[in-house]
Amino acid sequence: MDIHRFEKGWLVASLVLIVFFIATVAYVSAVTGIDMVDDSGGDIDVDNVNQHDNFSDPGVEHVGENEYDAYVIAQQFIFRPGSEPFGAIRIPANSTVNFHVTSQDVVHGFQIVGTNVNTMVVPGQISEITVEFNEADEYGILCNEYCGSGHADMGGSIEVVPRNEWNGTDGGDA
Amino acid sequence: MAYVDRRPLEARVVRVAFGAAFLFLGLGGLGGLIQSLHRTGYFQFIGEITDGNYYTVLTSHGVFMVLFFTIFFLMGAFTWALTRSLDRDLNNPRMTKYWITSMCVGAFLTSLAIIGGFTNAIPIEANVLYTMYAPLQAHPLYYIGLTLFVTGTWVAGYDWISTYWGWRSDNPDERIPLMAFMVLTTMLMWYILTVGIAIEVLFFLIPWSLGLVNEINPTLTRTLFWYFGHAVVYFWLLPAYLLWYAVLPKLSGGRLFSDPLARVVFILFLILGTPVGIHHQYLDPGIPEGFKFVAMTNTMFLLLPSLLTAFTVVASIEHGGRQRGGKGYLGWLRTLPWKNPAFSGMALAGIMFAAGGFSGMINAGMNINYLVHNTIWVPGHFHLTVGTASALTFMAGAYWLVPQITGKNLAAKKLAAVQPFLWFVGMTFMSNAMHRAGLFGMPRRTSEPMYDAFSYDPAIGTVGEVNSQIALGGVILTVSLGIFLYVIVRTWFGGEKVESPVDAELPPAMSGPEHSPRVLDNLKLWVGVAVLLVILAYTVPIAYIATDGLWSGSETYPVVVDALDTLEVLL
Repeated sequence: MDIHRFEKGWLVASLVLIVFFIATVAYVSAVTGIDMVDDSGGDIDVDNVNQHDNFSDPGVEHVGENEYDAYVIAQQFIFRPGSEPFGAIRIPANSTVNFHVTSQDVVHGFQIVGTNVNTMVVPGQISEITVEFNEADEYGILCNEYCGSGHADMGGSIEVVPRNEWNGTDGGDA
Repeated sequence: MAYVDRRPLEARVVRVAFGAAFLFLGLGGLGGLIQSLHRTGYFQFIGEITDGNYYTVLTSHGVFMVLFFTIFFLMGAFTWALTRSLDRDLNNPRMTKYWITSMCVGAFLTSLAIIGGFTNAIPIEANVLYTMYAPLQAHPLYYIGLTLFVTGTWVAGYDWISTYWGWRSDNPDERIPLMAFMVLTTMLMWYILTVGIAIEVLFFLIPWSLGLVNEINPTLTRTLFWYFGHAVVYFWLLPAYLLWYAVLPKLSGGRLFSDPLARVVFILFLILGTPVGIHHQYLDPGIPEGFKFVAMTNTMFLLLPSLLTAFTVVASIEHGGRQRGGKGYLGWLRTLPWKNPAFSGMALAGIMFAAGGFSGMINAGMNINYLVHNTIWVPGHFHLTVGTASALTFMAGAYWLVPQITGKNLAAKKLAAVQPFLWFVGMTFMSNAMHRAGLFGMPRRTSEPMYDAFSYDPAIGTVGEVNSQIALGGVILTVSLGIFLYVIVRTWFGGEKVESPVDAELPPAMSGPEHSPRVLDNLKLWVGVAVLLVILAYTVPIAYIATDGLWSGSETYPVVVDALDTLEVLL
């Protein structure tokens, strides 16, 4: 087959670019050990989210030295906790938080605004995503998947507070 | 002799398909204008954010533009391309009549279901957006209309393939002419990629919307949707590629650089186009990371045919510019026929496609995607690809094809010459602002992206400035679209028929099919490879997801919910 030499060069350069892209992602995933959203969160019965061990009283729990589990329910059109009237998700500074997010109705999204903390929330599944928080700060959260007529209202906030201002009941009484 | 006189029956089919395409383009464009003014807060005449009207508009914009406008245009363009390239009438006029009728009826029913969302007088609505994720449910009419529309395209494909068989038995040793080759490979890809949506709609969504089954597995239907939902973008893109390869070199005054490479590009799309859909589900729980990585690898290799196209198309245009007297490294750019809207539209569409390709590479990266997934960055990206690479190329193609199917000279040529540039400018404003807004976290698919609980923190510029560019871009695009429709209507319904409305001659490629191995024309082989790759990429993920149940998981949830009632129960 006749291929012009410029075109051959272009072809090779294109393939190098493609392999480079794949290699960078493989490197980040395999070497730096950053997990992506996958099936590790497990399944949940959509009709009984409120009876589930971890979601019957959603919120933030202290589980290790600097480690916390945050259970959040997404539903038309709020986050529990996160949105009013349940209040912000409160997290102590300098901590690692494992978010577990599930939906009790339709497909939602969960994103910490302006960051790469982002996951789909699909009914029947628990989305698991681990986030490291540093100093005290405030973040917005929003639903980024269309979930019905009130979708535009579905937002909330995360408050990262100094460790001594956080107590176990914060963000837990949903 | 103009196409309309040479093949009056086929010209009529092309006219019906183009008529439907441009009708939906106009309606969809109106939706786009409303959205760009509503979500930026400039003009919100479709009501409060708590009623669903915005999402009725959004559903219609999506479905009218990316399903009806693009696919009706493809039907017309492919009918022209196949019959012209084989120099042969379609095989079976009754079959032709059937598919165009089925598509029109289907599009009408689906439109009815969507537009029903504007009024409570009729109990029909389909505010589920183009992606129709269960457990949000539309009226059965929405899914049934789509079924008729898609089955119509299947029959059309068979109509074209059987025409090709007729040609083949008369020409046993000839290479498949290039445009026919493109039509055939695209349609073979289409059969493979519509399997997903056919299973989703026929086995799950229709029985569920009719109440025959009560529950649905949301991850399974999402996965089946994206099996179709990504590959379909190549069904929007390949008619544009056909025009870039077959017509654009001629419009620029030259010839296609390489016929063999054009064939390779279409084969790559046939093979790799479908086993990539899971890259829309990088952020889905319930799907193991390995499956996502396979989809990403395939997706990255799909950059190859588009990078090859960039080379061949630019080389062909450069050849044209030099034939017209252009000298030096960039001097050939100046001698190109920028005043001809058929040329300028396709060339500008190609430039925007390059920009869209770059944002697409970012979307495709499994990790960096987390920053932009479901933000307005994503519509910023696909308004460069389907919204310009495809849409503007189709409009430019129409300036050259509509005269051929009507036998009329193009009307209002000066106005038409401005139109592609207006589109380019409008899209530059809108798409660039959308990309930037996505980076600071503004979501897509929402009527009002401003929240009580927080405000955005743009690194550069302000939210107001970004919004003003989105709205301004939307207005410019609407003006451009209005000019296009005006020119087409004036051409179609005004003026006298002439013998030869455009120079319809298409010169042969510089490097012709004789320079390529015959195996490229072995379509059975390439379909086999494509099917094998789909089986490898999808069998295990689908089986894994289906273990959660086929008709179990989620019940139906209405689109309009009184959120306060739910809250009272909880509190």
